[in-house]
Amino acid sequence: MSKSNFTRRGVLKTGTVAGAGLALPTIFTAQSAAAFTNEPTGGTVTLGFNVPQTGPYADEGNDELLAQQLAVEHLNGMGDGGCLNTFTSKALKGNGILGKKVEFVTGDTQTKSDAARASAKSMIEKDGAVMINGGSSSGVAVAVQGLCQEAGVIFMAGLTHSNDTTGKDRKKNGFRHFFNAYMSAAALAPVLAKEMGTDRRAYHLTADYTWGWTQQESIQAATEAMGWDTVTNVMTPLASTDFSSYIAPILNSGADTLVLNHYGGNMINSLTNAVQFGLLDKQVNGKDFKIIVPLYSELMAAGAGENIKGVLGSMNYNWQLQNEGSAAFVKSFGEKYGKPPSNSAQTCYAQVLLYADAVERAGTFNPCGVVEALEGFEFDGLGNGPTLYRAEDHQCFKDVLVVRGAENPTNQYDTLEIVEVTPAAQVSYEPNHPMFGGDDASLGECNPGA
Amino acid sequence: MDSILLQILNGLDKGSAYALIALGLTLIFGTLGVVNFAHGAIFMLGAFCAVTLSKVLQLSFVTIDETKKDFLGNPLKVETPYVEAWFGPEIGASIIDWAVPLSILLAIPVMIALGLLMERGLIKHFYKREHADQILVTFGLAIVLQEIVKYYFGANPIQTPPPDALLGVANLGAWFGLDLPYPIWRIVYFCFAALIIFAVFAFLQFTTFGMVVRAGMADRETVGLLGINIDRRFTIMFAIAACVAGLAGVMYAPINPPNYHMGMDFLVLSFVVVVVGGMGSLPGAVLAGFLLGILESFASTTWATTTIPGINQIIIYLVAIIVLLTRPRGLMGRKGVMEE
Repeated sequence: MSKSNFTRRGVLKTGTVAGAGLALPTIFTAQSAAAFTNEPTGGTVTLGFNVPQTGPYADEGNDELLAQQLAVEHLNGMGDGGCLNTFTSKALKGNGILGKKVEFVTGDTQTKSDAARASAKSMIEKDGAVMINGGSSSGVAVAVQGLCQEAGVIFMAGLTHSNDTTGKDRKKNGFRHFFNAYMSAAALAPVLAKEMGTDRRAYHLTADYTWGWTQQESIQAATEAMGWDTVTNVMTPLASTDFSSYIAPILNSGADTLVLNHYGGNMINSLTNAVQFGLLDKQVNGKDFKIIVPLYSELMAAGAGENIKGVLGSMNYNWQLQNEGSAAFVKSFGEKYGKPPSNSAQTCYAQVLLYADAVERAGTFNPCGVVEALEGFEFDGLGNGPTLYRAEDHQCFKDVLVVRGAENPTNQYDTLEIVEVTPAAQVSYEPNHPMFGGDDASLGECNPGA
Repeated sequence: MDSILLQILNGLDKGSAYALIALGLTLIFGTLGVVNFAHGAIFMLGAFCAVTLSKVLQLSFVTIDETKKDFLGNPLKVETPYVEAWFGPEIGASIIDWAVPLSILLAIPVMIALGLLMERGLIKHFYKREHADQILVTFGLAIVLQEIVKYYFGANPIQTPPPDALLGVANLGAWFGLDLPYPIWRIVYFCFAALIIFAVFAFLQFTTFGMVVRAGMADRETVGLLGINIDRRFTIMFAIAACVAGLAGVMYAPINPPNYHMGMDFLVLSFVVVVVGGMGSLPGAVLAGFLLGILESFASTTWATTTIPGINQIIIYLVAIIVLLTRPRGLMGRKGVMEE
């Protein structure tokens, strides 16, 4: 008769010890091999493009995606090279990034913060994206920037205009090339004073979310500083489609100027409604009634059609800008896609190149190395003229465009005309400005993840 | 005083759209017992009938103008609409200008055909299923329809202006010494909605067909036992309801530029209108449509939003809660109608 030495408890103990022993070297290997999240180990590097592919901003997201794909082509040495030929930094050679071929994955933000975070998380965790770029909403940008900070990857924001993105919600791993609400107001104010005078009564309609709040606060401060009165500010729900009940009270309010702190479909509808009610044909306080749209985009202008004629606003970039970088980008984008780029496309294109360039200059994909390379970086040749990536808040400082709805458009793309290119110095502010979180605002520490 | 009257006008105008959509929803629910979540999508498709005809009328041939340059510096491609080439610039431009009213002629057959197709092809298979199944299938259909529209027309709103002659503002209070400027097209929309509502009620009230439908709504089984094919009549009523929503959409296109999502924006509010009006009650749907439109307008005034912040966003739902607590069958719902 034989007696076995195996017992159930003994097998469990041995198995646990053996399993832990086998796993231990793997854990150490994994930690020691990856110094940061998603360190590229093969011949390719993956970028994550998180844009609205469905929902109300899908057209804008599609334009961003076109620009991002173009940037990847240029980085990999295909096409005409675009702004690689005009960029003042010559680190990029058209052979990928640090010799690795650039690949990309895409996510759909749906212009919803939770969906945007989920798609960014998936691209980081499942696809190994080392950088996230894109988006067309400040709510989304703030949410995804927070996620990238936690995950230890770089976030190169797309279209986000709220002061908060590089203000109270700034993050060490996040960078914004697009301008912001304060800059819009600072650029617009002198033009408004010149064209409309310093004695006006403004009525504000404001989209009820982070961007609307900061946009309204900025433009109210700037216009009041030059002598305008603010009649009132009415918050409108983001989901509003018919603004007639908000427009009607303006008629008898004594206001002679309407400021539409709206973007996208909100702006198209509120401006259409305002024009329907004949506001632009009215005379109040002995002055012609005027409408201002602080933030414009080409797609909004196209959607608003003839209603934007003569209406002033501001932009980060316009394809009609006459400089070497802009010409190269418009030619490259226009020949490939048959239309000029929008300002959301341009900011995404510039952000992808800026990230790639920073990696090349840093000699590593490590986010902390990239952060160091981007902080305080001065460059030109990407379409906006001389630009500084300020170290204190990761906000780009460059010229801002004041534009007006074209009175006599000559073709379908000729919707906006540039009124003034406001110098960067005029739209600059201190990093601890009260509208940007004051002294409490901090970038925090760089997080390489892993 | 002027402000109050303006808000009433706004409310009537807004209520027109609610009433027309809710009327169609009630017709379908009252006849077929189906909760049609695709009804908002039909409204949206109506608006896109206007967009489509407008685009078709602007179909152009291209000539090259060597004297002008495009954004890339190439010779400019000048587009001339075929209708201008065929009928002359003035008549052609007038036809394009009147694209929205002309779209009604296109929308009527398209919407009737769509209604018949939806009812016969999909919804009839769900009559004996639970309401939850009906809601799921019609909601799914709504998403499919709006994604198709987005695929072809994009996500951006598309401007579809009214004819030049109906642009601008009319001072409705001029005769009474009041300052009541109101957009002409919105006045047209209200009159159009009133006409459609009147036509639907007249059809149901004064025609034999309408009488049979009303009888079928009250007691479907008995009408069937009399040898009348009530199912066929209800199918036709589905098509009429689709047509009403579609026409509401066509005429709404110049008020707010149509986009693929506009149906969903109206759908939830229209269901609230139906519930407040009383399930299955046609006059209730119309009354509640205008009532909630006016309330929503007043809740959006500066006075209301500063007194009770956020009231503009919740007023309709607040009223719905109050009505359902005090009159569970809605304003004009009757005992025994649409109840198990």
